[in-house]
Amino acid sequence: MVATNTAQAPQTGKLAISDTEVAIEIINMNKWYGDFHVLRDINLKVMRGERIVICGPSGSGKSTMIRCINRLEEHQKGKIIVDGIELTNDLKKIDEVRREVGMVFQHFNLFPHLTILENCTLAPIWVRKMPRKEAEEIAMHYLERVRIPEQAHKYPGQLSGGQQQRVAIARALCMNPRIMLFDEPTSALDPEMIKEVLETMVDLAESGMTMLCVTHEMGFARQVANRVIFMDQGQIIEQNTPQEFFDNPQHERTKVFLSQILH
Amino acid sequence: MSEHSVAYVAQREVPRVPAPRKETGFFGTLRKNLFATSLDSAITIALAIFVIWGVWRLVHWGIMTAVFTGDNREACLPTEAQPVVGACWAFVNAKFGQIIYGLYPIDQRWRIDIVYALLAVLTVPMLSPSVPWKRLNAILLFVVFPFVALVLLTGGNFAVSGAWVGFLLAIAALASVLVAASSVMPSERLLRVARWLAVVSIVVVFLNNIIPSGSFRLLGLSFTTLALIATLLALGAVAACVAAADTQARKLYVLIPLAAVVALVVLLAANFGLTEVPTHLWGGLLLTLVVALVGIVASLPLGILLALGRRSHLPAVRLLSIIFIEFWRGVPLITVLFMSTFMIPLLLPEGVTFNNLLRALIGVALFTAAYLAEVVRGGLQAIPKGQFEGAQALGLSYWQMMRLVIMPQALKLVIPGIVNSFISMFKDTSLVYIIGLADLLGTVRRGFADPNWITPTTAATGLVFAGFLYWVFCFGMSRYSQFLERRFDTGYRR
Repeated sequence: MVATNTAQAPQTGKLAISDTEVAIEIINMNKWYGDFHVLRDINLKVMRGERIVICGPSGSGKSTMIRCINRLEEHQKGKIIVDGIELTNDLKKIDEVRREVGMVFQHFNLFPHLTILENCTLAPIWVRKMPRKEAEEIAMHYLERVRIPEQAHKYPGQLSGGQQQRVAIARALCMNPRIMLFDEPTSALDPEMIKEVLETMVDLAESGMTMLCVTHEMGFARQVANRVIFMDQGQIIEQNTPQEFFDNPQHERTKVFLSQILH
Repeated sequence: MSEHSVAYVAQREVPRVPAPRKETGFFGTLRKNLFATSLDSAITIALAIFVIWGVWRLVHWGIMTAVFTGDNREACLPTEAQPVVGACWAFVNAKFGQIIYGLYPIDQRWRIDIVYALLAVLTVPMLSPSVPWKRLNAILLFVVFPFVALVLLTGGNFAVSGAWVGFLLAIAALASVLVAASSVMPSERLLRVARWLAVVSIVVVFLNNIIPSGSFRLLGLSFTTLALIATLLALGAVAACVAAADTQARKLYVLIPLAAVVALVVLLAANFGLTEVPTHLWGGLLLTLVVALVGIVASLPLGILLALGRRSHLPAVRLLSIIFIEFWRGVPLITVLFMSTFMIPLLLPEGVTFNNLLRALIGVALFTAAYLAEVVRGGLQAIPKGQFEGAQALGLSYWQMMRLVIMPQALKLVIPGIVNSFISMFKDTSLVYIIGLADLLGTVRRGFADPNWITPTTAATGLVFAGFLYWVFCFGMSRYSQFLERRFDTGYRR
């Protein structure tokens, strides 16, 4: 992507970021895949309303880190506290966290045997115990917000990649989450469809949602992030405001990375 | 050619046109597929002659020289007037009642007819997607019908012991706990009390089998002290569930399992004035259908649970599932049936008897479940990891994820495998003949051992007829599975 060209001046400063309310706190978190040390001493504090973009070379552990936040991956050492709930082996706590944290995946992970509307109402009905009618109203509201209400009765396989990803965003929003995680939401999309998904995400950011986003869309990072985190080999090696991060990177590895992707 | 295509640019928009036709009429197809070369023609003609000859032999045997009427073997013996005798349909005609009903008393056969009719009335709408009220239909077919059929076929009037009442109530209490726990805001403390009462109740039921305690009669049922304790504990659990549930509607739902158990006990214990027909008189198609349907209905849920167990992260569950599956898959069905007849009585304490048919049913169901478990596991493995993660990230619990997201997709993938197992099991039910149960095939074989009907062609006729009946059922299952595959194929999977 020709990211620098589309970048605009940060315009989201007007959005309130809480300076007292902590959304996510990660303290000295370590994770191993077998003997391989994938995440090393991760420390991160995310305030409510913050929008954080995480970037770094592939294999640097960015996806693993955000997947630890809703316990799709288990960490072995350290603490992760989401919305005041510490993630342990306690299934109840895990479910509580997952109810409050929405996630959007690289490959959408929509359920192919359910219609778009059913995809969106499944969790509200079964997890939130919402009456079907109310769940459907909420689902239609969010499908309108991602601008595809007319597709509600189709199956995921009938939609384009960009539309599927927007449905995935709507599906996560239907649970009314307090935090949204994005795991490379545009990496599996054709270039023509990236824009529509990014617009939806910008829209969401402007509504004040706490967001953690693993992405290589540097234009998006400049436009909406208030912090950019750079990871390499399982460690956070640099974090800064997007302005500082892009214009004045401190770490040698960051400079190499940025020169690679920004040309 | 290449220099042309390198620089080629479309000058105008080429309209989309339909694909060219492949065949040119009936004769064109014939020529293309059957008579393309002289060798093809030769093979076609040779095979055609063979097919015509085969069909002719069959028609000759089955219709032209066949005997359709007659009262005994005399009718089917070669005579001077008819030196060649084909199929002896008179035999099938004479034994038809036995083939369908077995040795079931002739004046009681209407009970079987009612069961067949009920089964048809409930199954046909269940299998047709366009008929509404699927939930009610499923409850009637899978919950109510088996017990009605049981009472109709055996005659009912069972001596239901207090231990059974306690056991059933304990199960009902566990179901109530699940219902109450699904409330939005259940009272956690009462729920915990209910859960403990239900579990203790089950433990007491099992203790009751080991420890003898004084027995007495209550409400027409014979209770032991421990069975009564278990019953009271289970009732207490249900009461706690009612108190724990939040809304009025849910309080009613909590009572449904209890009501079902009471209805069941009343149904089984009541005397409807039906003559008792012991299971050793059951036979023919009735027995085949009982074994096959019980096998199908019991093995599918068990197979699904075993498949999930084998993929579980809990080592004990996984190990037990693997042992179970590998044991049943490793043993021939004949061995299972023999063991159920000759081994289990040796292992059971003296005085405890188990119905022969029931043992065969359990054997067939467990055997099929082990096969189905592996078929279903194959389906589970084909589901991408993202589907599990998508469901988990939404906060669905393990069972919700499996029931709502994973299983519908996995089962759809393995419909051919599941139906394959069912068809093979349907035919394997004929093995119950070796433990003295006269199923469809067994009845036919008994028939041609009848001295009244010994002729050169009786056996062949009987076997062809039995084979045809098996084929009708298996072909029906096969066609229905293909229909299901087409129906569930949303066709847009990526």
